[in-house]
Amino acid sequence: MQEIAEGSLLTLIWVGIVGFAVFMYVLMDGFDLGIGILYPFAPTEEDRDTMMNTVAPVWDFNETWLVLGGAGLFAAFPIAYAVVLPAMYLPLLVMLIALIFRGVAFEFRFKARAGRHWWNRSFFLGSLLATFAQGVVLGSFIQGIPVYERQFVGGMLHWLSPFALFCGAALVVGYALLGATWLIWRTIGPLQDWCFRMARRLMLVVLVGVAAVSLWTPFLLPQIAERWFSLPNLFFLSPVPIVTAVLAFALWRALDNSRDVAPFVLSMALFALSYLGLAISLWPHLIPPGVTVWEAAAPPKTQVFLLVGMAFLIPSILGYTAYSYWVFRGKVTGAFGYH
Amino acid sequence: MDLDPLILSRIQFAFTISFHILFPSFTVGLACWIALLEALWVGTGKGIYRSLSEFWTRIFALSFGLGVVSGIVMSYQFGTNWSRWSDTVGNVLGPLIQYEVVTAFFLEAAFLGILLFGRDRVPRGIHLMAACLVALGTLLSSFWILSANSWMHTPAGFEIKDGRYFVTDWWQVVFNPSFPYRLAHMVTAMFLTTSFVVAGISAFYLLKRRHLDHAKLGLGMALALITVLAPLQIFLGDEHGLNTLEHQPAKIAAMEGNWEGGPRAPLVLFAIPDVEAETNHLEIGIPALSSLILTHDFNGSVPGLKQFPADQRPDPRIVFWTFRLMVGIGFLMLTVAVVHLVLRFRGRLYSSGWFHRILVGCMPIGFVAILAGWFTTEIGRQPWVVYGHLRTADAVTPSLTVEAALISLVSFVVAYTIIYGAGTYYLIRLLRTGPTHVHDTRQPPEAQSPKRPLSAADPSIEAAE
Repeated sequence: MQEIAEGSLLTLIWVGIVGFAVFMYVLMDGFDLGIGILYPFAPTEEDRDTMMNTVAPVWDFNETWLVLGGAGLFAAFPIAYAVVLPAMYLPLLVMLIALIFRGVAFEFRFKARAGRHWWNRSFFLGSLLATFAQGVVLGSFIQGIPVYERQFVGGMLHWLSPFALFCGAALVVGYALLGATWLIWRTIGPLQDWCFRMARRLMLVVLVGVAAVSLWTPFLLPQIAERWFSLPNLFFLSPVPIVTAVLAFALWRALDNSRDVAPFVLSMALFALSYLGLAISLWPHLIPPGVTVWEAAAPPKTQVFLLVGMAFLIPSILGYTAYSYWVFRGKVTGAFGYH
Repeated sequence: MDLDPLILSRIQFAFTISFHILFPSFTVGLACWIALLEALWVGTGKGIYRSLSEFWTRIFALSFGLGVVSGIVMSYQFGTNWSRWSDTVGNVLGPLIQYEVVTAFFLEAAFLGILLFGRDRVPRGIHLMAACLVALGTLLSSFWILSANSWMHTPAGFEIKDGRYFVTDWWQVVFNPSFPYRLAHMVTAMFLTTSFVVAGISAFYLLKRRHLDHAKLGLGMALALITVLAPLQIFLGDEHGLNTLEHQPAKIAAMEGNWEGGPRAPLVLFAIPDVEAETNHLEIGIPALSSLILTHDFNGSVPGLKQFPADQRPDPRIVFWTFRLMVGIGFLMLTVAVVHLVLRFRGRLYSSGWFHRILVGCMPIGFVAILAGWFTTEIGRQPWVVYGHLRTADAVTPSLTVEAALISLVSFVVAYTIIYGAGTYYLIRLLRTGPTHVHDTRQPPEAQSPKRPLSAADPSIEAAE
């Protein structure tokens, strides 16, 4: 525990900031990637217009959290940036290319005439592949990355494993649930009814996925099994699965009672619990299985320089985000504003 | 040339950043221009300002979208392809990039939403503020990224422990020796680029006898700015060159195509540099002029490539020409400014078709000059990635294989070709359509703001074609 004492508070704060940025990204781009995943299954082309319009003013803002997560890692934990990114070279390539094609679809789709169906496809496939790649990155990250002399040592296909692919599929369903519940909040009529039906099915698949990942993870690394199943940890950590079950039940009820806002909030809460579970499994490792957050942390001089700015920039970002969402509040319908 | 991960990563970086830089080059100036038009609309209530602003905002939205998606690629490429660089300099450059994200990217993204879709949802003052904050965001972004880039040319304020960089003085890191010059030179270049696009489009409408009021307004404002900035830019470029002479003399030698160095160095106008023989072929030069420009003295001594060990020299074959291309465009811009003044004093600015045709032809010159300038400064820094300290060859990801690097390079080339092809096509359609009319009323007669920026242009495009 000696290394924790040295500069530990600063490093803890930075773990919190980077963790927060990644989680914000998962939530915010999660629902708009989810909309892309649901996109081709929507009942009508007008519904697709509406779905896109619900996120048009905020999508590039949501995606900025991804850059913040990446840049935060680079600044506060440079070695993690230098190891994790090369280890995930191919899945990240897929993610970047997919994000390009889905991002430009926002601008091009409403612009195109004959070619519109191509941008519909680009939006769907881009969202699907970006999400799948993120899940794969997550899964293979949990499994661990070999490091030697501060660099990744492994093959270009090191990330490929059944667990990683399963995580990719699970995240696709998870984001689709976020997207469906977001649309329940922001739309009305037949589209909203369709989203209720989709959300109910997606929720069941998500729960199966969460349960499978939760049971699979401890078998990957002995240290994770020990974290959860040794005493007294088992006792202290048992609220995590219990609260998850309660949230799932509440979400089911909210969908049954056709509540507007609650399904989205509860879906986000499910993500928060899964994220917390993941953090508990990995702590204190930043690059499992060997590199801890203390070893990866940038020197205090760097941490302090950045923290001075963050202390007021992060709150102001959250402030004007809230304002921007408030400006574009309310239900979006196909007829509104567009043509 | 043997393909290895290093050269493939360098080509990929050059390719992706060259495409990316085209958009910030355009949108920084455009954001300021839109903010100015919005201020004039709020101040005067004249519909022409608002409709011109809405027209350019649609173009801004498209360009900004392309800039965002190509920018995300950049922020991941540092880690995927240049992991040794990332680990070595992360303590120093990480925070600068991070500050760019939190001061600029979020500001731009959040208020762009309000600028594009919020005209009918927020008070007029807030909408103007959103336009100004987007412009501020683009400038802050330039500030941080140019600071980080400049540090790699003129590193300062650090010490090296165990092969990694640790900051000793943040002020020296951020305001490193080449940063003020690079920032001034680049921001001016971006404003000039935007001005030439606005002038070219306006001239195009004048030639086509369409949107005459908008065209005259745009042409007049853009050329006025060019007249101020073109001579200023030549002065700033000279200052930046002298700064480079002080800190990176080998780069100057390569730019000048000068092998021997010494006093009374000629300004080489044409040459084919030969790296093997360490000389120039077919050289045409003006005696002693290079010494005069660089030292302000005919007998001044200037650096030559042979004064540096062969493994510390940049390759002159590209930078010699890109530098001349950039300087040539600089003087072309100055010529346009002078001709504009003559025509304006004679009252024939809006009736000289030949001048308008030249302006249409000059639309892309700002982009060309910016790319040429960046090729000059970045290739001129080689073989270093952090000048004098870290070689590019030692910065690349050790685990990267040729196959993976080749796959990513080809993927980016294919994706960018499709995306930028389509983007250019839609951009040209938007430009051909032109602005839509807005009444001079304080309250617009109907909600003119579309839910999507581009959708507003659609009906008029259908009508126009």
